[in-house]
Amino acid sequence: MHVRTILASAAAALATAVLACVAASAIAAPDRPDPVADAKAFQNFFAKKFPKVKYEDFVNGPYSMNEDLHRQWEEKEQFPPYEFALEAGKEMFATPFKNGKTYADCFPNKGIGIRQNYPTFDEKEGKVITLELALNRCREANGEAPYSYVKDEMAALTAYMAFTSRGNKMDIKIPNDPRALAAYENGKRYFYTRRGQLNFSCATCHVQSPGERIRAEILAPALGIMNAMPIYRSEWSSMGTTSRRFMTCNSQTRAVPLEPQSDEYRDVEYFLSYVANGLPISGPGARP
Amino acid sequence: MSMIRTRGIALVQSGNWFPGKTVLKSNIRNLVLATVLLMAGAWPALAASEADYKAAFAAAEAAQKQADGLRNKWTTTEAQLAAAKKAAGAGDFDAATTAAREAEALAKASIFQATSEKERWKDMEIR
Amino acid sequence: MASTIRVRATANGDTTEVQALIQHPMDTGFVKDAQGQIIPPHFIQQLTFEHNGKAVFLANWGTAVSKDPYVKFSFKGASKGDDLKISWVDNKGATDTTTAKIQ
Repeated sequence: MHVRTILASAAAALATAVLACVAASAIAAPDRPDPVADAKAFQNFFAKKFPKVKYEDFVNGPYSMNEDLHRQWEEKEQFPPYEFALEAGKEMFATPFKNGKTYADCFPNKGIGIRQNYPTFDEKEGKVITLELALNRCREANGEAPYSYVKDEMAALTAYMAFTSRGNKMDIKIPNDPRALAAYENGKRYFYTRRGQLNFSCATCHVQSPGERIRAEILAPALGIMNAMPIYRSEWSSMGTTSRRFMTCNSQTRAVPLEPQSDEYRDVEYFLSYVANGLPISGPGARP
Repeated sequence: MSMIRTRGIALVQSGNWFPGKTVLKSNIRNLVLATVLLMAGAWPALAASEADYKAAFAAAEAAQKQADGLRNKWTTTEAQLAAAKKAAGAGDFDAATTAAREAEALAKASIFQATSEKERWKDMEIR
Repeated sequence: MASTIRVRATANGDTTEVQALIQHPMDTGFVKDAQGQIIPPHFIQQLTFEHNGKAVFLANWGTAVSKDPYVKFSFKGASKGDDLKISWVDNKGATDTTTAKIQ
């Protein structure tokens, strides 16, 4: 009787332990982000949805979705509208700060051909650092006033840095750090969350409807959508940064835009850049 | 209002639609009843005071603040809040109160959106 | 100061294809600035491309042309190595000129 009770309680304990293990792993599996699997699924989704598109062409946004637009864009690329901003950016990049230092001193490889590594996760600070953020930090560290994240100077600088990196494959790293994974997951969540009175998420247009029209515009696929940044938009008649595009996308869905370079924006840029790893940098870009 | 409609239907069903003297009297009574009810319902909208506006605006602002905490304000909410303030500034408290109430409704909708999207976003995810 | 005109002219047999990108605000006079003041109209009124002293392309523009206009056209009768002169005048009387070699 005594032994039986012990055996019975032991069996019960074992059963509970097994159940707990199974339950724990069942809960843990979806909770732990798997960026590698996400990226694969993301890339396969678009490759399957658009079998006729050459894989590298996805970075050309709406042009990859429409032959006529593609032809017009190719012609325009001979004499692109971002040329003035690019030249201005090259000059700015070479001009030293008041203290004699230059942007080259702040970046690896003197700042040339490194755009594909951004955004990066700063393990000291525990946050995502975009190229724009890094540029402004460089300025402030050298006694210069920071540039606006949405306007001309920042766009010109990043245009030049993108240009020197053209063709390099997007190479975003997510270190084995729970904060980095959390930032990645936050960006993913932001991308798929509906917002604004029009109840659109980024995915509504760029995953569900690439190649289709919204009013007069043809929608770009989400795969590689960061690779052409910064972009000259005919709509703006000027160069614009990633921040500018995120903010205008928000207001177009009737959502009040967040602050440029806010956590959500940097995290979604992190996510979108990561899932496009392997695709070439095509910036600076020209868009309708 | 439905009271009058059911009454009307009852009249038709009973075959009493063609008004005789008693039916006419009850029809008039219904009409008066309806008018009084309508006026009673319309009364607050006709006489929105500054106090009404202030209460409505405070409620709208509180809801918008909550939406802000969820990082999900709508531009249309902001527009209605601005319209309410502008109308109040011009002394039109009816329009101001209506706009403030609209703003509160929009803010609440944005809160609902943010809260439900906390889980629903996963439905859109590519796997 | 750098020229506002970027031009590329390529000869292909008898036909020369010309592309030009001109830096100019092309303000219409309908847009307000951040302070709410109208930005006055400022746009190129005349654009000329000349070869051998003869105008091969002449444009009379107004406010409908967008900022930083891009022009593309082709003409006959020029050869590789010839000069192509481009000049513009705007409504404020400002001008710019440049000469490019046909490649």
